[in-house]
Amino acid sequence: MRLRVLAALAFLMAPLGGANAQEAAPLLHSHWSFDGIFGTYDKASAQRGFQIYSQICSACHSMNYMAYRNLAGIGLSPAQIKAVAAAVTVPGGLDDQGKETERPGRPSDTFKAPFPNDKAAEAAMGGALPPDQSLLVAARDGGPNYIYSLMQGYVDPPAGVQVPVGHYYNKYFPGHMIAMPPPLTDNAVTYADGTKATLAQEAHDVATFLTYTSYPQLDEQHSLGVRVLLFLIFMTIVTYIAKRRVWADVH
Amino acid sequence: MADTLATAGHAGSGHGPADKSKRDFLVMLPLAGAVVGAGAIAWPLIDSMNPSSDVLALASTEVDLTPISEGSGITVMWRGKPIFVRYRTAKEIKEAEDVKLSELIEPQADSARVKPGHAQWIVLIGICTHLGCIPLGNKPTDPRGEWGGWFCPCHGSQYDTSGRVRHGPAPLNLYLPPYAFLNDKRIKIG
Amino acid sequence: MAAGLFKSEVKNPVLRWVDTRLPLITMMQKEYGSFPTPRNFNYFWNFGALATVTLMIMIMTGVFLAMNYTPNANMAFSSVQHIMRDVNYGWLIRYVHMNGASMFFIVVYIHIFRGLYYGSYKFPRELLWMLGVVILLLMMATAFMGYVLPWGQMSFWGATVITNLFSAIPVVGQSIVQWLWGGFSVGNPTLNRFFSLHYLLPFLIVGVVFLHVVALHITGSNNPLGIDVKGPQDTLPFHPYYTVKDSVGLCVFLLIWAAFVFFMPNLLGDTINSIPANPLQTPADVVPEWYFLPFYAILRSVPNKVLGVALMFASIGVLFVLPWLDTSPVRSCRFRPIYRILVPLLVVDLFALGYVGAHHPQGFVVLLGRVATAWYFLHFLVFTPLVGWFETPLPLPESIAKPIVRKPHSGGGPIPGGAVAKPMENA
Repeated sequence: MRLRVLAALAFLMAPLGGANAQEAAPLLHSHWSFDGIFGTYDKASAQRGFQIYSQICSACHSMNYMAYRNLAGIGLSPAQIKAVAAAVTVPGGLDDQGKETERPGRPSDTFKAPFPNDKAAEAAMGGALPPDQSLLVAARDGGPNYIYSLMQGYVDPPAGVQVPVGHYYNKYFPGHMIAMPPPLTDNAVTYADGTKATLAQEAHDVATFLTYTSYPQLDEQHSLGVRVLLFLIFMTIVTYIAKRRVWADVH
Repeated sequence: MADTLATAGHAGSGHGPADKSKRDFLVMLPLAGAVVGAGAIAWPLIDSMNPSSDVLALASTEVDLTPISEGSGITVMWRGKPIFVRYRTAKEIKEAEDVKLSELIEPQADSARVKPGHAQWIVLIGICTHLGCIPLGNKPTDPRGEWGGWFCPCHGSQYDTSGRVRHGPAPLNLYLPPYAFLNDKRIKIG
Repeated sequence: MAAGLFKSEVKNPVLRWVDTRLPLITMMQKEYGSFPTPRNFNYFWNFGALATVTLMIMIMTGVFLAMNYTPNANMAFSSVQHIMRDVNYGWLIRYVHMNGASMFFIVVYIHIFRGLYYGSYKFPRELLWMLGVVILLLMMATAFMGYVLPWGQMSFWGATVITNLFSAIPVVGQSIVQWLWGGFSVGNPTLNRFFSLHYLLPFLIVGVVFLHVVALHITGSNNPLGIDVKGPQDTLPFHPYYTVKDSVGLCVFLLIWAAFVFFMPNLLGDTINSIPANPLQTPADVVPEWYFLPFYAILRSVPNKVLGVALMFASIGVLFVLPWLDTSPVRSCRFRPIYRILVPLLVVDLFALGYVGAHHPQGFVVLLGRVATAWYFLHFLVFTPLVGWFETPLPLPESIAKPIVRKPHSGGGPIPGGAVAKPMENA
């Protein structure tokens, strides 16, 4: 977060420099298809990331702001979305006798959470609440690179460092002691599209999917943005010409 | 802001350089661009008041017809409105088909109000066309009126088993929602 | 023509009918059409118009955001996500509004710098300047409360820290803070009232902006030379000359704004605000938005709580009395060899304070903060009056139309010594 402020005022801050006390290792960087002005999501990668989410992450992490219908944005067809949604059971409201009912999920439902509430999640996870993943990329400095690094950051602790019970050493996690066990390994999933599931590939894919869940509007934002910028550049030029024209008889 | 000012200047007694430059293409071009730009800015604001995607996602409802027994109906909610789905008996279908159109307040054949091959299913928006009350008749215990369809308790309008108004004050037949059969036992409304 | 009607010169019969009864068109024509405006504005004079446009865009986007936002502690965060994900173009409207706050401050800060550099606060524009400072204060209050509305972690803790400033007031401080909160901590009542006030204050700003413009049109605009308008040869009608010049600046400004909205919408924000407010966990760094950093730095530079808060408010308060602190007979820094160095130095000082505000107060940062805070107040309270006395201004040009004093005997006689001695005399 402080980095953000720094970046924003970089032109001023650069000469002064900042002594950053964080001792976390510099993040790994991957190449992201959604970076840059023309960037769009790599849908195949995001779908693989969704596969990892459904098979691994969703065991502990909720994703409360994502609805199954939002999967259309990573290229799932309506039939696929319906099938994904129907695979879960959600509360169906009260029946005529006033009893809670259950029904299969619909595309309009939000992702089913693994725990009924935060307290239950905390209790099941030994006191460490797995954060909701809908905004995880937005809420972490480094965004997708942080997720990408974290997934690959599980290493043996340096000599002399004691890792508390129930924690693991991760060189990219602030403070290093993370309660989440290493979630991904080589071949942790078998990709439906046949891509070789190396740890780096999985980390990349899941970070792509999590970026999508944080910023589902990004593709639209970029394509609209390019058109708006072009229009405004055009407007700047013609207005400047008009200004020169109007002022011609003054100078 | 400059554009509104320009308009004000135009409306007033334009004179001097303003008068000359008004006709100038080079000045008209950014003005036209500003109008386009203002429209482009207005559209997202206007569109933001349209139903949002979570609302649209609930705009269609699927109904399983299996639990409905012959002669009875259910009420489901669709876009905040009650939808009557009734499984008509052969006798009711025959009555609905045989009625003379000239006897009807709003003449409409029964075949135009059901899906071909599914004449036993009538699907209606359960809102009286008079003043918006919800007619009775879907539950077995409800009064169904003289024509065996629906009876509106507010002002006594009566509908037949095809949902056509047979007795005023309602002026029109019950509306039909857009729906389609996904298979013989499942419909999608909306 | 019937008695009691305004004598309108509008030709169109329908518009004329309106104008004779409510002379808005004539007024607009007078104040923005033919309004005599100094002919020598540079692009710094765009920023008033840019600020006006920004205010209008902020109000428009804000009204539409409010249609979908829920000011309730349990629902605020998810209603913002609803806007971002479900509402048509909701993400666009929110990003425009969110970055618009930063754009507004950039524009207004440059506008203020323009006033400082060219002496726009000096006679006869003191009240105009003070109204501007009122606008700045209202903007700060509005921006602060707006930042609380998304109810993320930084919203919550920012609100907690800033409202706690008032606890520095002796005796009644704690009662005032509870009154602000409507409870014993920042909570749902706080969020509700902040929403209400965040909706109200912009319209108050519109009102003060109106007064600001009325006052401006009484005294007329200052200009880069800081000398008074001597006659029609010094001015141009506002339209089309300055409408088109403002439009050029507006296009460039919108281009920059759009670049932020579409390609770096979260750069000026804080990642931590994507985590819902948690009253039981303070984030590692509570840092205000960039536009508050210098003031935050002044607050932290004083080890005493009451004094720190007082100094922070004084940093804005000193602007109110600036017209009487500046003793120089000359407005524009263009003719003030010493002050023209001091004003940019003040900007450097503010950047230094911004740096201090963004960093943990330890070691070098503390020292820098104290020096920069001291410099800020020295600038206004000591340098400004002293330099005004001791500085020898450069000779002023005769008029705007003859801006360069080339030959001593050109024009209508010798260099008008009177112009140097009494530059603020009305022409």
